[in-house]
Amino acid sequence: MITPGEIIETIKMISEEHLDIRTITMGISLLDCISDSPDKTCEKIYDKITTCAKDLVKTGEDIECEYGIPIINKRISVTPISIIAKSCIDVDDYVKIAKALDRAAAQTGVNFIGGFSSLVHKGYTKGDQRLIESIPYALSETNCVCSSVNVASTKAGINMDAVLQMGHVIKKTAELTADKGGFGCAKLVVFANAVEDNPFMAGAFHGVGEGECVINVGVSGPGVVKSALEATKGMPFDIVADTIKKTAFKITRMGQLVAQEASKRLGVPFGIVDLSLAPTPAIGDSVAHILEEMGLEKCGTHGTTAALALLNDAVKKGGIMASSHVGGLSGAFIPVSEDAGMIDAVKCGSLSLEKLEAMTCVCSVGLDMIAVPGDTPAETIAAIIADEAAIGVVNFKTTAVRIIPAPGMAVGDMIEFGGLLGTAPVMDVNRFSSFDFVTRGGRIPAPMQSLKN
Amino acid sequence: MERAIITVIGKDMRGIIAKVSTLLYENEINILDISQTLMQDMFTMIMLCDISEKKTSFSQLVDTLDRLGKDLGLSIRIQHEDIFNSMHRI
Repeated sequence: MITPGEIIETIKMISEEHLDIRTITMGISLLDCISDSPDKTCEKIYDKITTCAKDLVKTGEDIECEYGIPIINKRISVTPISIIAKSCIDVDDYVKIAKALDRAAAQTGVNFIGGFSSLVHKGYTKGDQRLIESIPYALSETNCVCSSVNVASTKAGINMDAVLQMGHVIKKTAELTADKGGFGCAKLVVFANAVEDNPFMAGAFHGVGEGECVINVGVSGPGVVKSALEATKGMPFDIVADTIKKTAFKITRMGQLVAQEASKRLGVPFGIVDLSLAPTPAIGDSVAHILEEMGLEKCGTHGTTAALALLNDAVKKGGIMASSHVGGLSGAFIPVSEDAGMIDAVKCGSLSLEKLEAMTCVCSVGLDMIAVPGDTPAETIAAIIADEAAIGVVNFKTTAVRIIPAPGMAVGDMIEFGGLLGTAPVMDVNRFSSFDFVTRGGRIPAPMQSLKN
Repeated sequence: MERAIITVIGKDMRGIIAKVSTLLYENEINILDISQTLMQDMFTMIMLCDISEKKTSFSQLVDTLDRLGKDLGLSIRIQHEDIFNSMHRI
């Protein structure tokens, strides 16, 4: 039998260290919803989603109750809409589709629905072009819809036309949601090397290589790792890495159990567990605080990249054996507004945009939930995206940019998004122009895969 | 057999076991094992139960135990045994 010590350890992780299942995400293929008119497509999309996911929220709540583990979000990801909405001819048609997704999300009771997406890493179709143009309107006129655009891949290089367009799309989205501090941008991710089975928002979509319907689970638990590391003060890194591995194993086992149980109860195949350390704004649930526990006075100082590299690697090594299938983004997330330690580090001047960019070379995803001044030019945002995409493309990893040029806000201001999205301190950007660089257009060629120095 | 683990954590007092086990008896839950210990000055009781013949739904059971816990100033949880097995046993 399980020992009392083990039982108490699990309960302490949940009640004091914020261990939770961050999300159960149901991936739904909409390929059979393609139709010859936008209205018909909307109808088919709504019907398919509300049928497949009708028991998703209830099942999540039942599992939460029986196992005593909080499941924070229930979400849906769908096939990239640019592939489904081929009958749409103008921006209004695409907005109509976004609204159908939003209605389906409301009906099923999920927190978010992702997949208002387009994959343009090599080139645009006409549909991609229009979908991307419609993003600001789609995000400002819906509640739960999330959007993502893949602009680069290691095999195709970086589509710089798409990068520039995304700079403008982000600015427009911020303008249209100015009354909420540019909130629309928090639901929009620009990717390089996007993955097809990511359960986390705002970047989740159900890839075309996926099956009809699938259950993916994202775990969390920065607080548990931080608490485990408190017992290793002053010890060498070998012990730090081992401690993180053991903790990640336990966290992931929980994710695997929930994923299997949800899959069984819903009659939907289990896809992957995403081994991520996803922070929340709650005190004691911060990735930055883990790095500081390793001995850094403040996250962002010299040594932060090395600490994060160790953390990210150890989480994966520990988690991989705990789950039958690992996928998604898997690693440590560093969203600034969602992490109390990151917010503090920015406020006190320790953490800059440049350091965050360096950190994204060794961790999951990229520049996430970063607020910049409202007067930042679209071209500068495009250049930030290009830098981040280059890191992903060259290092064969997923990178992303979720940036909020908060209208009317200046460096040092705080934007309150509320809930899991937290509070974003407005960060400074380099004021020298990148205009002539990003407006060249074309593609940055795919990088060499040998001679890697 | 469907098994769950009930944990009672809080300040020690008379009648904790009596009250929890009466509630379980009323709900047709069989206690398979009990252990009791003091951990960091907190009274901790752990019960392994067979819930296959339980009279109410699991969520009602969670609520009833939670209410009893609040009345006694303790924290009382019931969780399916699998969560502990999956975390601590390979």
